[in-house]
Amino acid sequence: MIRGSRSIQIIGAGHNGLVCAAYLARAGHQVTVFEASSQVGGAAITREFAPGFKVSAAAHLVYMLDPGIEKELDLASHGLEYARTGLQTISLSEAGDHVRFNGDDVDGVSEGDREAMREYRRKMQHFAGIIGGLHNRVPARLGTTDRPDLLELARLAFNIRRLGKNDMREFLRIAGINIYDVLQELFENDALKGALGLDGTLGTMLGTRSNNSVFCALHRYSNGGRYQLPKGGMGTVSNALANAARAFGAEIHTARPVNRILMDFDRATGVELQSGEQIEADLVVSGADPKTTFLKLLGAQNLEAGFAHKISNIRTRGNVAKLHLALGSVPDFTGLDPALSAERLVIAPSLQYVEQAFNHAKYGEHSRRPVMEISIPTLDDPGLAPAGKHVLSANVQWAPRELKGGWSAAHEAFTESVMNTLERFAPGICSQVMHRELLTPQDIESEFRIEGGHWHHAELALDQSMMMRPVPGTAQYKTPVDGLWICGAGCHPGGGVMGSAGRNAARAIIERSGT
Amino acid sequence: MRTVHYHSREHYRDKVFPGPFYSRQKALNVNREWSRWYDYLSVPAYSCSTTEYFAGRNACAVFDLTPMTKHRIGGPDALPFLNRLVTRDVARIKPGRVGYAVWCNDEGQVIDDGTIFHLREGDYRLCSQEHQIDWLMINALGFDVTIVEDTHDVAGLAVQGPTSCAVLKRMGLAGVENITPFGIDFFDFEGTELTVSRTGYTGDLGYELWIDPGHAEILWDRVFEAGELHNIRPMGSDALEMLRIEAGFILAAEDFMPAMQTVRPSHTRSPFELGLGWLVDFNKPLFNGRKALLTEKENGSRYALVKLDIEDNKPANHSYVFDMKEKNIGWVTSAMWSPSAKKNIALATVEAPHGKVGEEMQVEIYYQRELKWSRIMARAKVVKDAFWDPPRRRQTPPADY
Amino acid sequence: MKKHDAIVIGAGHNGITNAAFLAKAGLDVLLVEKNDYIGGATVSRNLHEDWIYSNCSYVCSLLRPEIYRTLDLAKYGLQVVPYGGTVTISQNGDYLGSYIDHDVSRREMARHSHRDADADVRYWRDIMRQCRFIRQFLLRTAPDPASFKPRDLLELLHIGRKFWGLGENVIYDTMRFYTMSISDFLDEYFENPLIKAAHAGSGIIGSALGVMSPGTAYVLLHHAMGDVDGTVGSWGFARGGMGAISKAMHDCYIDHGGQTLAGSGVDQIVVKNGKVTGVALENGDEHHADIVVSNMTLPRTFLECMDPADLRPEFLDKCRNFKIRGSSGKLNIALDGVPKFTALRDNQELMYTDMHLIDSIERLERAYDDWKDGTWSRDPYIDMLIPTLTDPTMAPPGKHFMSVFVQYVPPKVKGKDWTDADRDAFGQTVMNQIEAYAPGFKDLVVHAEVRTPRELENEVGLTEGNIFQGELTMDQLLFNRPIPGYAQYRGPVKGLWMCGSSNHPGGGVMAAPGANAAREILMSLRKPSNVPEGWLDD
Repeated sequence: MIRGSRSIQIIGAGHNGLVCAAYLARAGHQVTVFEASSQVGGAAITREFAPGFKVSAAAHLVYMLDPGIEKELDLASHGLEYARTGLQTISLSEAGDHVRFNGDDVDGVSEGDREAMREYRRKMQHFAGIIGGLHNRVPARLGTTDRPDLLELARLAFNIRRLGKNDMREFLRIAGINIYDVLQELFENDALKGALGLDGTLGTMLGTRSNNSVFCALHRYSNGGRYQLPKGGMGTVSNALANAARAFGAEIHTARPVNRILMDFDRATGVELQSGEQIEADLVVSGADPKTTFLKLLGAQNLEAGFAHKISNIRTRGNVAKLHLALGSVPDFTGLDPALSAERLVIAPSLQYVEQAFNHAKYGEHSRRPVMEISIPTLDDPGLAPAGKHVLSANVQWAPRELKGGWSAAHEAFTESVMNTLERFAPGICSQVMHRELLTPQDIESEFRIEGGHWHHAELALDQSMMMRPVPGTAQYKTPVDGLWICGAGCHPGGGVMGSAGRNAARAIIERSGT
Repeated sequence: MRTVHYHSREHYRDKVFPGPFYSRQKALNVNREWSRWYDYLSVPAYSCSTTEYFAGRNACAVFDLTPMTKHRIGGPDALPFLNRLVTRDVARIKPGRVGYAVWCNDEGQVIDDGTIFHLREGDYRLCSQEHQIDWLMINALGFDVTIVEDTHDVAGLAVQGPTSCAVLKRMGLAGVENITPFGIDFFDFEGTELTVSRTGYTGDLGYELWIDPGHAEILWDRVFEAGELHNIRPMGSDALEMLRIEAGFILAAEDFMPAMQTVRPSHTRSPFELGLGWLVDFNKPLFNGRKALLTEKENGSRYALVKLDIEDNKPANHSYVFDMKEKNIGWVTSAMWSPSAKKNIALATVEAPHGKVGEEMQVEIYYQRELKWSRIMARAKVVKDAFWDPPRRRQTPPADY
Repeated sequence: MKKHDAIVIGAGHNGITNAAFLAKAGLDVLLVEKNDYIGGATVSRNLHEDWIYSNCSYVCSLLRPEIYRTLDLAKYGLQVVPYGGTVTISQNGDYLGSYIDHDVSRREMARHSHRDADADVRYWRDIMRQCRFIRQFLLRTAPDPASFKPRDLLELLHIGRKFWGLGENVIYDTMRFYTMSISDFLDEYFENPLIKAAHAGSGIIGSALGVMSPGTAYVLLHHAMGDVDGTVGSWGFARGGMGAISKAMHDCYIDHGGQTLAGSGVDQIVVKNGKVTGVALENGDEHHADIVVSNMTLPRTFLECMDPADLRPEFLDKCRNFKIRGSSGKLNIALDGVPKFTALRDNQELMYTDMHLIDSIERLERAYDDWKDGTWSRDPYIDMLIPTLTDPTMAPPGKHFMSVFVQYVPPKVKGKDWTDADRDAFGQTVMNQIEAYAPGFKDLVVHAEVRTPRELENEVGLTEGNIFQGELTMDQLLFNRPIPGYAQYRGPVKGLWMCGSSNHPGGGVMAAPGANAAREILMSLRKPSNVPEGWLDD
């Protein structure tokens, strides 16, 4: 078979599936994407949640999208436009003593903290560069004598060495520990520490005092850490990706859910749609999360047992809820200059607050006083709501997928505690609400078909990263089943609307799928 | 007798429990020595292991195999479940048949070997040396199967040797002589069902009897009453060990390390390395270890398990094996002087590419005469067939002796 | 005044080990100790009538057998008697025993979960793989990955080879093991909450982490990697209490010409012209040597016993940031008889073992939440032993000594220093907890010594009461311990060395830091090393 002429099916038009489709189509393959939902984007979509009000229904800010992908696929020409870039972060305080920061620039803290911030930022950016440098690489296998693997590792070792003696030591010291200890070493302002600590825990089953939280923060900063608001919501990103993929010749079918992956003897040969239609292809690439791919679409019985066991052990406990409010007017956050309401607002007034919010999640309870990451996109992008009206979108945690007693019983109570929390920071907000929607991880699981409703498809933890993501044996995007590949956020380097998993998978398929 | 149950909170008061045949074994165990086989008392030798061994080769020897780990596997997916578990094609084990099988981890390393009894359509019993419930449950993911370990609920009695068929016939098991090797039949026995399989661990004519533990004693009595005219004897584990080595059968944790308990990863073995390549069926699309074993088949194995015919008469237990240039190439895992073959025999592990049939090697044997130790280098030859393999093993119906 | 070849500060087990190896190599060594007894946290104390308490460390497993043998501790009177098994007692009146006999243990687990009883084989296989891997590095100095010195590069290569030699799958297992929480790790093997809780306790002992914190799987390894007579993971009693270990080491040291000064602490390590010249004691005496070895914790050595002007500010910052939070307390109890635990009924055999009061991961983690919140656990995790059921030397016949290790206990209470009232309240919490499982227990108590992190710090010098002289997290292990760049026992000032558990491979009565430091010192003096490096295929 001639390179670049294979028929390839992609399951799921999430952003990674679309990126993968675009790159494979660009390389000349005949790519067909099957998406269950009626629109492309997976968890990066814009949809109406109340009459006339639209919102980015899951992910709501762009901060990790690989700039290389943006450029190579020329997303701008395919419709990607930002309503605003470089959002600042405001760490809200009930009393109105907010801390504002953007890069090194901090406002509302002592001179000592300002200086500490410069050093912290320098260090974290430097280390995040190490993590970021791995994003566009297919992870090496360990313990082999294969040249490409050894070269890849040598490259990583060289990059760590290149940090210089002091930074290298510091990197090796903090990469595996918790952000609480690191922040306590450096800062004094509670709101600043809370907001920075939140960066180490957002989207994960970690508290600020859990080891691994530094790694999560570094991951968040690894593509520069600039927050951007796409015009028209996250759906714009996905549509641009879909347009790019189509422009390269990919076919994208929405509202065509895949029922299962077809096997012939020991090889994946295509997919069966929910309609019963069976379609064959040379290769199947799944953008679904690993548990869905392997245990549902393929079936554990079609895998060797040790591998299936590893897949079933992947931690996919989603823990972020998503709040959408349709507001009659702009909420008034105590002591906040209204001009700053459009920034990235976080409710994480201290490390202790964040930690206590997390404590509940460990026992299958939702936070009584949750932490939140809030965006009011309509201030920059009025088209999302009727004139003069606004949309508030917030990530709220912790809301564990497996809640004691179940979500249906607790949904209302949790929504109330979320609203009460908001009310304390923005008195009167409850009365401004025209409509509200709260998606628990369970809702996210069913709406976006992500096992556990987890942002990253699989907990972003060191033991589930790089050559161990999603599990050893399929971390190079190739699965143990011939003809089946994976490209979703469950693969290296994880989720966060980055696209790197999709591109790496495409590259691995082009280079390694053989002829 | 104490009636402490294995699963009771008070189980710790006894480290080991009398099995269902205990009262009968106790009366015959004139050595008064007991060993342990998992939860049960087992007899190493009732009076003389040599006599018991010869009963197995010359007449009929009876061995209690109740402690063997047993599982009942059923449900709609029982067959596909087993087929993914073991390396051979289980579809070819028809109802009423037994198949020897080996199962591996994903790396193609042997977890255990055992026998699959296809009792009735879709109803299987898996017998193994090691406990397997953890691995079986791991394997159950994605299958509609029921798996129950029923070791304590089934009493097992091996009746082995040239007169074994005559004994069972005299017991009144009509038609038992028609069971072919690896066949199963069911009989009414004292108001319950007696399962008889023509299987064993002796490499000779023999049967295994399976019954509920409540009927164990009466089964024992009937077997021995019928056996009286056929030179029957109870046999302990020492004699069985001799019989299985002669038959060339391997034993877990003796001739290979089960992968689930091997700390040093390179110390496990693949089926090919144990001489069980004939059990690996690559025509199946999937089984645990298939990919790794395909690769091994292409690239070659690290070791071979061989049967050695050794010069001289001193058993080569724990000996090193050398090639003819005195290079250490392996070690002996089981060894004995074979009273039936009149040969000095051993099972040994040798490094690839050694181990071809007919290859000459040397075995370093330490032996002791009146407390003085000596060492010899004995020549040895790799042989193909079992050291003991009489035609009566396969004859149906078997002769009476 | 006379000048010694070396002065070792602190007669804990690592200090004595270090001094003994140096003396054995022919050096003139002076060992100074602030208390008027030796042993540090490896000690037997007679605090009430005829009772002897192992009042800090209480069991022995990690003590490196190579050191035991090389220092000939048996000749100097040390006897370690292994004990078998553990029991984990549940609130619902049941328990999980573990016995020396493998089959009994399997049946006991099967009583709670048939599947878990079999999974335990897989679990221990994987733990033993990790033990085998780590044990080879205990008696070796960690390489500095940031260095280009041939020795560091060679050692890195050595470790890399060993690591690669594990094979692809076990390499991933190892990386996962080091970064996982013990709770997540156990989920990959077991289903029963009591079985999980019984295994999880070792993941947090002495650690300021909860069972759900990533990194705790390693802490478990730290407790499993020891051995008694080659049985990895098994534990024993030192006959006569833990002080018997330090006493034997000390007798060996004296036998090789060492001198000890007990009863006066070090006021300052004296530095002149960038070199150490000796120590000034609190009693005003000065002693001189070109080599000073500190067995004190890192913060105590550099923040309390040195002039800040002798150290670089960045180094001092790192010392201040060294994580050494205490998380445990200890009750040493003299008993009039053997307590009766309701759940155990008359299962006497388990009274000889390590007894734990816990039954779920959630309770363990909630105990940790209290610690994070700055108080001792209201529902503490308790690890108890009655050594006198085995050791006839520690209490009058029929009377008993019970060692009660408690987690979690914070270094400060709600940010304030411990008071006597806090200590007594903590003691009561623990007594009540035991009483709940063993009614009538309190009536048996003849005397109790309650030790919070405050007592551990004040009496034994363990900063913040951390029993490992520094937390065992990735940022403070191997080449990161105690501080990156200073992980080879050599201090930041010429002639100054460190030999305490703040250094690789960390705490527990292992004696490896003391021995490793001695090897480094002897190498720096270009003397042949007399320190063993470990046994083959162990």
